[in-house]
Amino acid sequence: MSREIIHQTAAEMSAELASGNVTAVELANAHFDRISAVDGDIHAFLHLDREGALAQAASVDASRKAGEKVNPLAGVPLALKDVLTQKGVPTTCGSKMLEGWRPPYDSTVVTNLKKAGVVILGKTNMDEFAMGSSTENSAYGTTRNPWDLSRIPGGSGGGSSAALAGFEAPLAIGTDTGGSIRQPAAVTGTVGVKPTYGSVSRYGLVAFSSSLDQAGPCARTVLDTAMLHEVIAGYDPKDSTSINAPVGKMVEAAKKLDVKGMKIGVVKELAGDGYQAGVTTRFNGALEALLSAGAEIVEVSAPSFEYALAAYYLIAPSEASSNLARFDSMRYGIRIGDDGSRSAEEVMKMTREVGFGKEVKRRIILGTYALSSGYYDAYYGSAQKVRTLIKRDYEAAFAKVDVLVSPTCPTTAFKIGEKSDDPVAMYLNDVCTIPVNLAGIGGMSLPCGLAPEDGLPVGFQIMSPAMKDELMYQVGGTLEAALQSSWGQPLYASAPTLAVK
Amino acid sequence: MALNYDQALEKYEPTLGLEVHVELNTNSKMFCGCATEFGASPNTQTCPVCLGLPGSLPVVNAKAIESSIRIGLALNCSITPFSRFARKNYFYPDMPKNFQTSQYDEPICVNGYLDVTIDTDEGPKVYRVDIERVHMEEDTGKSLHVGGATGRIHGAEHSLLDYNRAGIPLVEIVTRIIPGTDKYAPEVARAYVAELRDILRSLGVSDVKMEQGSLRCDANLSISPRNSGTLGTRSETKNVNSLRSVERAVRGEIIRQANRLESGERIIQETRHFQEESGETRSGRSKETAEDYRYFPEPDLLPIVADPAWVEELRVALPVKPSIRRKKLQEAWGVPDKEMAAMINAELLDTVEETVALGAEPTKARSWWLGEVSRLANEKSVEPTSLIQPSEIAEIIALIAAGELTDKLARQVVEGVINGEGNPSMVIEKRGLKVVSDDSSLMVAIEAAIASQPETAEKVRSGNIPAAGALIGAVMKATGGQADAAKVRELLLKHLGQA
Repeated sequence: MSREIIHQTAAEMSAELASGNVTAVELANAHFDRISAVDGDIHAFLHLDREGALAQAASVDASRKAGEKVNPLAGVPLALKDVLTQKGVPTTCGSKMLEGWRPPYDSTVVTNLKKAGVVILGKTNMDEFAMGSSTENSAYGTTRNPWDLSRIPGGSGGGSSAALAGFEAPLAIGTDTGGSIRQPAAVTGTVGVKPTYGSVSRYGLVAFSSSLDQAGPCARTVLDTAMLHEVIAGYDPKDSTSINAPVGKMVEAAKKLDVKGMKIGVVKELAGDGYQAGVTTRFNGALEALLSAGAEIVEVSAPSFEYALAAYYLIAPSEASSNLARFDSMRYGIRIGDDGSRSAEEVMKMTREVGFGKEVKRRIILGTYALSSGYYDAYYGSAQKVRTLIKRDYEAAFAKVDVLVSPTCPTTAFKIGEKSDDPVAMYLNDVCTIPVNLAGIGGMSLPCGLAPEDGLPVGFQIMSPAMKDELMYQVGGTLEAALQSSWGQPLYASAPTLAVK
Repeated sequence: MALNYDQALEKYEPTLGLEVHVELNTNSKMFCGCATEFGASPNTQTCPVCLGLPGSLPVVNAKAIESSIRIGLALNCSITPFSRFARKNYFYPDMPKNFQTSQYDEPICVNGYLDVTIDTDEGPKVYRVDIERVHMEEDTGKSLHVGGATGRIHGAEHSLLDYNRAGIPLVEIVTRIIPGTDKYAPEVARAYVAELRDILRSLGVSDVKMEQGSLRCDANLSISPRNSGTLGTRSETKNVNSLRSVERAVRGEIIRQANRLESGERIIQETRHFQEESGETRSGRSKETAEDYRYFPEPDLLPIVADPAWVEELRVALPVKPSIRRKKLQEAWGVPDKEMAAMINAELLDTVEETVALGAEPTKARSWWLGEVSRLANEKSVEPTSLIQPSEIAEIIALIAAGELTDKLARQVVEGVINGEGNPSMVIEKRGLKVVSDDSSLMVAIEAAIASQPETAEKVRSGNIPAAGALIGAVMKATGGQADAAKVRELLLKHLGQA
């Protein structure tokens, strides 16, 4: 692969910008060119904001020229998951329901990105309202995995991960409710981090499941992810669940490249039957690398994880059934059947019938049922108890080890259409990532190699205690360096070259 | 033959419970920074949060929590150490999120009471109204149904939505069943709402204007055959916009339910809307099929953990209870129960108190406000306090006491002030309303009166004092009413050798 500027890491682009070798406008245009060339096949983007991006880039260039101190990521392009509001820019959440809606306000994540001078190229595809693991549930078509265009890029944030793997952007924002950052990262050979719940503001993140949703940074390297993490994280008085504490030093941690004496726990329950052989092979290889780097590896049991998936599929749909009630066509989005003869209630029904896709309806029905009087205790109530047990499993484990690790998902990227008729098979893909959301702790996925049997990327998950996200950057950075030195290049560099149109 | 109220009560006993919604008068809404001004142009006091736009999140108004706790304390409630918001899920176009952020099984205040006194056939009686809970919630927007004859949704051509009210902090105060009210249920209901309103006003937490909806009362009422030991099916009457309406609504509902049962029909569990004109209630939404609101704890908000020390501070700083304050005022003023009740009912107690504080004699202050000023206010259909200031009434009362105005002149001064002719001294000046107390000019009038009625004057001279009335009347007439009648009498009798 001939190395162009789009193939650089965000940290490298940052250095080029700082030294004046490239301008932010040039960098943005290079990425728009790349998007024009490959996104017809990948379909990572739902909307491009050329005008806004180039204006932001020009403004950063002017600041740099004037000698102003700017954030290291100022002028670096980014792909934004279409679930976060950006003032005046279409925000659909992958749903027909919100077709044409341009929010009148910026999410706090976007405010922070703009403040740092990050150049937002556009909005990326996703499963409708972040419900899915493949982007097949998007109302606007499926995104394809740059490693194999017949395969899914993960979900719900498949647009963001594919944009990174396809070199359409060096940085991306995802959101993770049950694995929607980490699973797409795993299957596209990129890095994705779900920060501790409450450390990145949810203001302007269109809610799927309020107690689980968390926005986070995505990139091709651990360091880039850390840089982006520091930009978007921080206390926000507009989000009552935001944690009022200083942001940890993620970049410093990512650069430590040292795990000597650290205790790393392998979760016993997240392995075995149902895990693809190549996934296990590469996961074990990564453990070897960490061991060689001086970490101590121990096995840890988390018995309640067995119930995590079941609890998640009660809590998340319950909250979603309430969160998605506001989409009633009265104030924004599409409206169906308003011909003057129908009542508001009929129009609401017709709009929701047309506006929501199958998976969204399935979860609204599930959640409505779980919250119904007479069933609440058995379903929602029990699920909350499981949640407490899972937190306790983590607490017990973190009393013994610094971080926990597992494969990010049991398999590599599956074929488009392979699981779309089997929701439970689809749900099982999130078995390793879901416990992290239920406990509100931090989780990272980074590539640990290609599965020998299919040549597709395998994800390695690191879980750190709440508000100790630095630890996963420290371990992730060290592992990434060790693996890259054994491969002789980053994993993403071995991705197949895409046909350029 | 329809039963009247007394006949209904002979056969049935009522069971009463009340839910009162209070709009807090915080400067901003419950979960966002939007203004809460009443009467602003539609949808001008809105933001992404109170419009429920995708991605927006609520942040609790700390002042609303403080007000709720103070209300709970004033109603003798326990403040719960841990309370939570919950989502009440149901679809309605004027509810931006299609769920109302409310409190469900973990309200902020529980188990209080309020004692109210009413007049019964056996004299004043105290009823203890147990308060089950006080909880916080957000108000909904307002729907305006356009077209159609009634202004109701049925038959309307289209509806307009105003979200200015959406997210205004509400406190809901729920009583338990009020036991033993029997035929006094209407009076107890009214007295409870009146007392509650006075307490809320003294706390300064709400405008408590029933006609503007900042205090709304839902009356839950059922009846059952006497001594049956059962509870009937209840109705929930809304749209009760004044204290008088509270009483009328309960009375009307007792009569309606009794007549339904008499004619062999059953009571439907439903909301009913009070009709101000007829005093009757109209059927609203049926509650026969229990609505499932699918409550669950609001994940976007943290639980409320009130610091006990802070709660104690709030408790210590509570104002004197209106009932105690009234008792103190009554003792200080020495007014009888009936006059006190009249002032309270007319909502003029505060005004009278203010007037007294400015030096007016209590009985005089009461009589001016409840008499002349109220009469004029009635004519104009406005509040007495909007016509004239307590300071002006106090000034007028002082002038009467000093003999500078007669009652009759004073009424003209009041009229002048209300007509916008300026303050009392300006009106007196402009209209020339000074009392004629100059003896010599009075004597001229007295002599003229004697000259025109010599026989009457003779009677007085011979000791028939009451006959002097006709002469005094003539003098008063001659002076255009500006003379001090007592002074005239004194001079006249002296002149005729009777003093």
